[in-house]
Amino acid sequence: MATAEIRNKIFSTPETNYLNCTKGWKSWAFTLDHKRIGVMYLVGVSIALFLAGIFALVLRSHLVKFDSGMLSYDNYNKMFTLHGAVMVFSFIIPSIPAALGNFVLPMMLGAKDVAFPRMNLASFYLWIAGTSCLLMAILFGGGLDTGWTFYTPYSIETETGVIYATFGAFILGFSSIFTGLNFLVTVNTMRSPGQTWFKLPLFLWSLYATSIIQVLATPVLGITLLMLIAEKTMHIGIFDPRYGGDPVLFQHFFWFYSHPAVYIMILPAMGVISELISVYSQKRIFGYSFIAFSSVAIALLGFLVWGHHMFTSGQSPIVTLIFSAITFTVAIPSAVKVFNWLATLFKGSILLNTPMLFALSFIFLFGIGGLTGLFLGALSTDIHLHDTYFVVAHFHFVMVGGTLTALLGGLFHWWPKMFGRMYNDALGRISCALVFIGFNVTFFPQFVMGARGMPRRYASYDPEFQIFHQISTFGAFVLGIGILMAYVVLVYAAFKGPRCGSNPFRAASMEWQSSSPPDFHNFIHQPTMNDPYDFDSQVYDEELDTFIPREFADPDKLPARPEPVHH
Amino acid sequence: MNLHLPLLLQSTNEEIIKRVQESTLSGTKVPQSSIEHQGASSFTQFWDSSYWFPEQASTFAPSVDYLFMWIFWVSTIFFIAIVFSMVYFCVKYRRVGGEINPLPSSSHNNLIEIAWSVGPSVLLVYMFFAGAQGYFDSKIASETSEEIQVTASRWNWVFTYPNGDSSSELHLVNGRPTKLIMQSNDVLHSMYIPAFRQKMDIVPGRYTYAYMVPNKTGQYRLSCTEYCGREHSKMRTLAEVHDTDAHRQENTQWIEEEYYPWKNGERIYKINCSGCHKINGEAATGPALNLLYSMKERPLMDGKVTVDEDYVLESIWYPGKKIVEGYGPVSKMNSFKGKLTQDDVSQVIAYLKYLNNPADVAGGDVESGLRAEGGDKSGTAGTIAPNDKDDDGSDET
Repeated sequence: MATAEIRNKIFSTPETNYLNCTKGWKSWAFTLDHKRIGVMYLVGVSIALFLAGIFALVLRSHLVKFDSGMLSYDNYNKMFTLHGAVMVFSFIIPSIPAALGNFVLPMMLGAKDVAFPRMNLASFYLWIAGTSCLLMAILFGGGLDTGWTFYTPYSIETETGVIYATFGAFILGFSSIFTGLNFLVTVNTMRSPGQTWFKLPLFLWSLYATSIIQVLATPVLGITLLMLIAEKTMHIGIFDPRYGGDPVLFQHFFWFYSHPAVYIMILPAMGVISELISVYSQKRIFGYSFIAFSSVAIALLGFLVWGHHMFTSGQSPIVTLIFSAITFTVAIPSAVKVFNWLATLFKGSILLNTPMLFALSFIFLFGIGGLTGLFLGALSTDIHLHDTYFVVAHFHFVMVGGTLTALLGGLFHWWPKMFGRMYNDALGRISCALVFIGFNVTFFPQFVMGARGMPRRYASYDPEFQIFHQISTFGAFVLGIGILMAYVVLVYAAFKGPRCGSNPFRAASMEWQSSSPPDFHNFIHQPTMNDPYDFDSQVYDEELDTFIPREFADPDKLPARPEPVHH
Repeated sequence: MNLHLPLLLQSTNEEIIKRVQESTLSGTKVPQSSIEHQGASSFTQFWDSSYWFPEQASTFAPSVDYLFMWIFWVSTIFFIAIVFSMVYFCVKYRRVGGEINPLPSSSHNNLIEIAWSVGPSVLLVYMFFAGAQGYFDSKIASETSEEIQVTASRWNWVFTYPNGDSSSELHLVNGRPTKLIMQSNDVLHSMYIPAFRQKMDIVPGRYTYAYMVPNKTGQYRLSCTEYCGREHSKMRTLAEVHDTDAHRQENTQWIEEEYYPWKNGERIYKINCSGCHKINGEAATGPALNLLYSMKERPLMDGKVTVDEDYVLESIWYPGKKIVEGYGPVSKMNSFKGKLTQDDVSQVIAYLKYLNNPADVAGGDVESGLRAEGGDKSGTAGTIAPNDKDDDGSDET
């Protein structure tokens, strides 16, 4: 049994940690530490989020009037393209894996770092290069007006910065592949002794499934975008019917990546939610293996449904029929996850703090996002709803209501670990309420106007839809204020918040066995391999005012372990 | 909080009409109902399909709306159950006092997992079949459909009717099965008529088709729903359903073209095709063309192909792709891509249809093909319905 001295050395807030062990900008720019890279990624994707968020608010302001002249048609088209491209390629895809995942994944394995630290840093620099390339389209390319999907032949004809942007997305693809490959190898080779696959936290299962998609699907996007550049510059005749190409082929190639990419965005979010629901219910996650395998099932089925973006594109009706059928099968593993989260809440000890509120709003919003997918999977209703605001609302419920909410929840959950300081929980909960209300007010009216026939990507529209657009715009500003407030609460806490202990929430996964913030080497001791959902393994220590593993607790004060449940 | 401005901005109908005329929208057409309904949306009655959808004006609209509402109710029931149990658990089992340990409970149960995986699947199977049924109903055109040529270009629509008239709005006749044969002159477009619940992309370099049976007279919205560049949002027009052919003709007009399409097609045929393709039924270097449109399917070297516009276009632009049985193993024909445009091919197709049955095409009864001769409006009224002889079998369901 450990003495108080050892205990304090391991778990109390250290004087030197990964944040202050070396100083100067070079110590960050050339760091190989996964924690610092994670923090840098977090700063980067947050900047992308705010940039693209501002684009969104400009768009929504423009749409307040049906005949708005705030933006010219060209500028409106460029604005929605940049909003989509920056959000998708620079923010959502790297957000949870590269920022949170980078920080947490090695620590959850009890490892010092990822398998390839240099590749990890390279991934970050590729992200910077790719995002800069994307934004250069604005500065030097005269904007970009193709929509984030780059559909041919319009993208071949337009004289805006398609080459800058596609090259940017190509580089960002490599950034994504590097992260995915790194995670795959790390999880396969660097688990702690005794940490079998079924003792991994579910966040790692979801990151693993995500990484499979990143490694297998992203190359197809890269090839497609290079072919698009080749077609645009050399007129080879792949995608442009003027030279004998087929524009529908581009759509197949594009969605072969971009549909699995949807799961790159949502799977890590589901993993975060599995952790949060379990920790803040203080209950073993219900149906561990079903949640774990549903992640893998979603990743694999996600490769087979790309054609549901193309029901009206002119692909053959038989193909359309098959894609519709497979699309419905993806609904099952998603539903299984939701049911298991609810069952975890049952008879839990539920703490309604900020991260938990974000997790609960995730279930609400993802529920709507997932269920509205059924309308789009069924063929006859999809024909009517395709390319209308119904689709816009649907994927924002999944991408923003799902992924962004989970990212914020995850940040509030791991923030004390990342910076060793606690945020103001009351303000955090208010920000969550603003995000939740603002989000619903923004996107719910879009379902109605979409079903009534309002096409997407319209700079002006029929007067009957004006009232819905006005409500939506109002909600967008509330949502914007909510997200901004969440960031203010977090950033303030990182610098000025009160110090917190190593494990304030009584989480049992291994990253909480380090000090807060962690040492440069993550752990100064060999962390104990626990079951990540056995919360009894952590006991309260009065002296440190935090939870520590049983093995380190003062044996005189050790509480009895409750009887495990058998049924 | 002060919420008015601009959220609750309202205008009278007259103001809206004035704004539509004066604003950047001038040039687009807005249905009257759209102006009258601005801001008039109540947020009640969402349980009724009329809340979610524009009015039903085609035969398959009711089935789409029915399926939508069916999925809506299934989703609503599931969603309420999920949110209710979530809130209930959060209230009932919230952490109070210092007790952090939860009540003992189980953490897995295979039976319940299988139940909640398999149970909802049954509902999904119904959704899939109902959706597929509705899809094929709206996809498979009646044999007796009137065929209307649609040409989309940035940012205009041109609709050409069987009598050779054309218009920039789509004019249909109530109760008549209609097949749109659509082509694009530049980039992707998509033809969307919400009131008909019908949508189809228009892909450059090929023909696509959309089928509809309008069953209610009135003015409806027709918009482009595939992003096509700067004025994409202005690429919207009206689809108007008339009660009779005569009323429709008041809204369509001749674009000055001297000859009917079939006559231009004949000229293109004589210059480009007649060396190898006969029109007397005899095989030459290539198969005869006068029989083509009498076949539904044509045997190929491998398999067979449905004879339609897209097949003809492909055969002219890419002759090597589908080789008729007995003319292989490789095609002896050169590609006419770059030489004949899609508009030229449309005229050749009109000629091929003329060869099969002159009554099928506009001005088919006019020997010279010159419009001025037989082409005044009253004279073509008889040729509007493409297959008069089959009209008996075309009653709508």
